[in-house]
Amino acid sequence: MGETGLRPYKLAFLLPGLLTLLAIILFPLLFTVRVSASGWDAVTPELSWVGGRNYAALWADIRFWQSLARLGGMAVGTVLIQYVLGFALALLVWHDVKARRLFRLLFLIPMMTTPVIMSVIWRTIFHESLGPANDLLGLIGLGPYQWLTSGGWAVVSVMIVEIWQWTPFMFLLLLAGLISLPREPFLAASIDGAGPLRTFFNVTFPLMATVSIGAVMIRLIEASKLMETVYVLTSGGPGTATETSGYYIYIKGLRDFDIGYAASLSMTYLVIMIVLLTLVGKLLHRALVGGRA
Amino acid sequence: MTGFFTFLKYLAIALWSAFVVTPFLWALTTSFKTANGITGGPTYLPWLQYEPSLNGWKSLFGAGGGIDIVAPYIDSLIVTGSASLISIVLGTLAAYGLSRFTYRAGFVKNEDLIFFFISQRIMPPIVLAIPFFLMLKWLDLLDSKLGLILVYVALLLPIAVWIMVDFFNNVPRQIDEMAMLDGCTPIEAFLRVVLPNSLPGIIVAGMFCLIFGWNDFFFAFTLTFTDTQLLPVAVVALNSSVTPWWSLSASALISVAPLLLVAFVVERFLSRGNLAGAIR
Repeated sequence: MGETGLRPYKLAFLLPGLLTLLAIILFPLLFTVRVSASGWDAVTPELSWVGGRNYAALWADIRFWQSLARLGGMAVGTVLIQYVLGFALALLVWHDVKARRLFRLLFLIPMMTTPVIMSVIWRTIFHESLGPANDLLGLIGLGPYQWLTSGGWAVVSVMIVEIWQWTPFMFLLLLAGLISLPREPFLAASIDGAGPLRTFFNVTFPLMATVSIGAVMIRLIEASKLMETVYVLTSGGPGTATETSGYYIYIKGLRDFDIGYAASLSMTYLVIMIVLLTLVGKLLHRALVGGRA
Repeated sequence: MTGFFTFLKYLAIALWSAFVVTPFLWALTTSFKTANGITGGPTYLPWLQYEPSLNGWKSLFGAGGGIDIVAPYIDSLIVTGSASLISIVLGTLAAYGLSRFTYRAGFVKNEDLIFFFISQRIMPPIVLAIPFFLMLKWLDLLDSKLGLILVYVALLLPIAVWIMVDFFNNVPRQIDEMAMLDGCTPIEAFLRVVLPNSLPGIIVAGMFCLIFGWNDFFFAFTLTFTDTQLLPVAVVALNSSVTPWWSLSASALISVAPLLLVAFVVERFLSRGNLAGAIR
């Protein structure tokens, strides 16, 4: 069949999905751009034109920039810890372990559970007097800690929940990568008499570079949206100690109904995330793959 | 030395396993408590430390001022199921096209189209929530299942395309070329030959759609109010200052239960090495 005969079929495959996505996503996005140049708020809910006024205002909105910096710190921190733990867990149940399928199953479970629902449970765990966290740590002489009511510990609590929830995703991608690795390089390494550490750094880790970058990037993208856990655990508090950009925009837009301003925050947040994530992706690629090619 | 190494290995596995199961065990024991078992400080063992009761579980059906979880459960099943199904159908078709044919419209090529699909995952929910709210209001679909299904398709379709493009790239082209030589149209070749060989990929993609659909909270929270209520919203609504921890725990456990089945399936595919092609 020639190119022209194929054409209707090509479109029949692609267009239903493409048009559906365009219809659902494109309108909201363009509309957000337009709203961000309007003074839409609870008092005057209409598409007026205020030009770049919202963008000028957000430039001086320290609370927004702080929320971005906080989000960056928490996202990078949790994803790095998830990567190290996820890789370690994947190596642990890769082979030579009894009941490895059972442990694989167990390690996957947290990512299957609803984040907000588990956060509600975590909130009872972190309760200072009635929850088990302080009780159990007290047995080994630690604490009591103000898990959700002191700024520093609130950040730690959110990070613990995120690590519990999403290390399994890292584990899944990395173990899938490990299982699909060819055997020859490992045979060669063992013939050379390489120990486990040398095999890891000279064989396993380099072979896993692409998978690692993929896994870290997917998790960074998801972590850059962090807000649900925060909403349930701390509502951004105490004060603004755990307020991430998404949560701040939520307060501005859907609680204060300062829609025009929230839209300008959204667009800025989106653009910054795209630029940063693209940059990180390129840098990671150069650091782990480029040098060796 | 080897013995010590093995000991460390199992110790690490045991520690992480304990961390993983702690919230579930805590929720399980809490779900059988009454107010007395909670306000006196943390207790863990039924009968020894507190007198167990079934009130938490009974409250799931509206008894004793609890929430009725049956209606949200059904709503969640309908919305997640329909959105996943639509996403898988549209996503599989698009992914097959993108994997087998070359598209070109101006400067847009296959890679750009694939990137467009996948890049939707970058979009923070809050960026979409405000316009979705206004859009559904115009369409008169606020607080409806249909409105949520539309929104969830936008969230899940990128996942389906992402997993399926990779999967089809690993299905040999000869299969469909042979079928077309036998006189099948591309659509017949896809339906009769390629699709039956792609079941593992479709199952994996379906699992991920179910996970991300079932677990969404934010859109259900901002776009529905009273007529439609999904599970996560119903459970989080219990999270007030005077929380009845027992019904909270029971409802949490029953909400996350169905996806434990998904975990079984994903582990099977993972251990058989079938995930490598499906997720990069």
